[in-house]
Amino acid sequence: MHRHSRSRAPAIAAVGIGLVALPALGYALAANRHRKGSDTAPGYTARRSFGHYDVVGRTVTIRRPREELFRTWRDFANLPDFMANLEKVAPHPDDPARNTWYLKAPAGKTLAVETTIAREIENELIAWRSTQDSDLDTEGRVTFEDAPGERGTRVGLIIAWHPRGGIASKVVAKLSGKSPELQARHDLKRFKMLMETGEIATSVRRRENEAAADRAERPTPNEEMT
Amino acid sequence: MRALTWHGTHDVRVDTVADPEIVNPRDAIIKVTSTAICGSDLHLYDGVIPAMKPGDILGHEFMGEVVETGSGSTLEKGQRVVVPFTISCGGCFHCHIAQYSACENSNPVPKQDMTETLYGHPMAGIFGYSHLTGGYSGGQAEYVRVPFSDVGPIVVPDHLDDDTVLFLSDILPTGWMAAENAEIQPDDTVAVWGCGPVGLFAIQSALAMGAARVIAIDHYPQRLALARSLGAETVDFRHTDVREALMEMSGGIGCDAVIDAVGMEAHGFAIDNMIDIAKQKVGVGADRASALKQAILAVRPGGRVSIPGVYGGMTDKFPLGALMEKGLQIRTGQTHVQRYLEPLLQKIEEGALDTTFLISHRLPLEEAAHGYKCFKERQDSWTKVVLKPGMDAHPTAAG
Repeated sequence: MHRHSRSRAPAIAAVGIGLVALPALGYALAANRHRKGSDTAPGYTARRSFGHYDVVGRTVTIRRPREELFRTWRDFANLPDFMANLEKVAPHPDDPARNTWYLKAPAGKTLAVETTIAREIENELIAWRSTQDSDLDTEGRVTFEDAPGERGTRVGLIIAWHPRGGIASKVVAKLSGKSPELQARHDLKRFKMLMETGEIATSVRRRENEAAADRAERPTPNEEMT
Repeated sequence: MRALTWHGTHDVRVDTVADPEIVNPRDAIIKVTSTAICGSDLHLYDGVIPAMKPGDILGHEFMGEVVETGSGSTLEKGQRVVVPFTISCGGCFHCHIAQYSACENSNPVPKQDMTETLYGHPMAGIFGYSHLTGGYSGGQAEYVRVPFSDVGPIVVPDHLDDDTVLFLSDILPTGWMAAENAEIQPDDTVAVWGCGPVGLFAIQSALAMGAARVIAIDHYPQRLALARSLGAETVDFRHTDVREALMEMSGGIGCDAVIDAVGMEAHGFAIDNMIDIAKQKVGVGADRASALKQAILAVRPGGRVSIPGVYGGMTDKFPLGALMEKGLQIRTGQTHVQRYLEPLLQKIEEGALDTTFLISHRLPLEEAAHGYKCFKERQDSWTKVVLKPGMDAHPTAAG
């Protein structure tokens, strides 16, 4: 475990340098290097704030080859299949690095966020950030690394956003409920299900109930515990 | 279709509900021919498992005929199958290492949060066993939607009738795994708390694995008689100091292995159990664990503790010191049913394991609510209830 974490360090350092202009995510990724002592926990799990940004990070292990997972994620048209609040991703007609992400907003509205790919390493990493014109100040990255033995691939997702960036950010905060961590975890779990089983588990008895059940099944855990 | 639905504590009814259909590609629809009421269904009946919703269809021990298949199912219409109570995807790490009941993908994502909060990790999906385990509609119904039907169900040969193979769905492998978890060695003395269906199958399994002696503990005469018929010695805890009896019967050594086949709703007159009963009644919900506490004191130093009995929450006054100072090993968990289906089906075919001795009552599905009431209130004589929906309820070798 320890050896494995250490072997990962160069990749993290590279990302940190690549995103040096992006303060929150850069800090979250690079926190390991600046820490005193021997704590090897991911930077985003630190009990600290990241300035003006909120940062969410989640990792999931998927028993599929790294290349297959990268390929699926890189085709952004696939993302709405497992990201609950993403309606669609539309590519820019001229610039292949640019995409517009359409997020589901309350009252049937849609929020458009234009992003550009900030960095890409085939089969390892995709990083993106919102463009200057975007309503929402956000950035994120997904990483793919081999897990030990036959355990498949570790997929790590980190998303940072500026929560005080106007009305759009408030909408996003509302979308992700009380816990953006929960949303990231749910999205990654659905990605895992899709890749490992070819489908997303549901307990509904009839197809017509699926959409309703999906909505009803998404309160926060505290609400559902009662 | 008709189905047994939960409406509240001690309130179950047979209702008319919408038929299931194929939702995901790997689904199959099973027309149920036999389905049993499980001892763990009584925990739902008694309202001690949270996250039940009115209208939930109960039942996780069932078998039947395949009547519809999704594009990804490997089953064929007309096949007779027994369905494991745990739902397993076959593709995740835990399924890959045959820890099927820890499947990472069978509990729908939003439903995983509850057990992830309670236990640190989500539980797998289970048929008809609350929304903690997915909220899947259960098998005490005419039809069931079976997800991942290419992984779980086992096709059974026509010459074995329903009563002979039905218990492959849960209690037979659960009793077997309980004995396996006790790591039984020749010359061992094994004590089993609880002579319900799982306890009785654990007794049978322990003897099949070569235990020199099995001592069964219960207080229902009929159940103790069944344990004796399998070859166990018996202790009635109403009349006997169990710990003293076990020490004497094992020559002052203690039992080499102990099996708690009772779980969270233990009967028992020890003062701590009475307090736990009172707490459970007023809803502060401590698991009653008197059988387990007694088992930990009765097992010899270095011995093995196997826990097939169901627990859901916390308990207090747990003999942690005895556990550590005696150097005990504990193994427990929901059964990895898929691991045992083939070998146990083979043992049934060879006549090495008997399953039908357990069944005390066979009822039509319509009388399921009566079945629950009697299984709960008359545990001595109602040892196992099998429900038979529909006209094809009782196929024989001839038909």
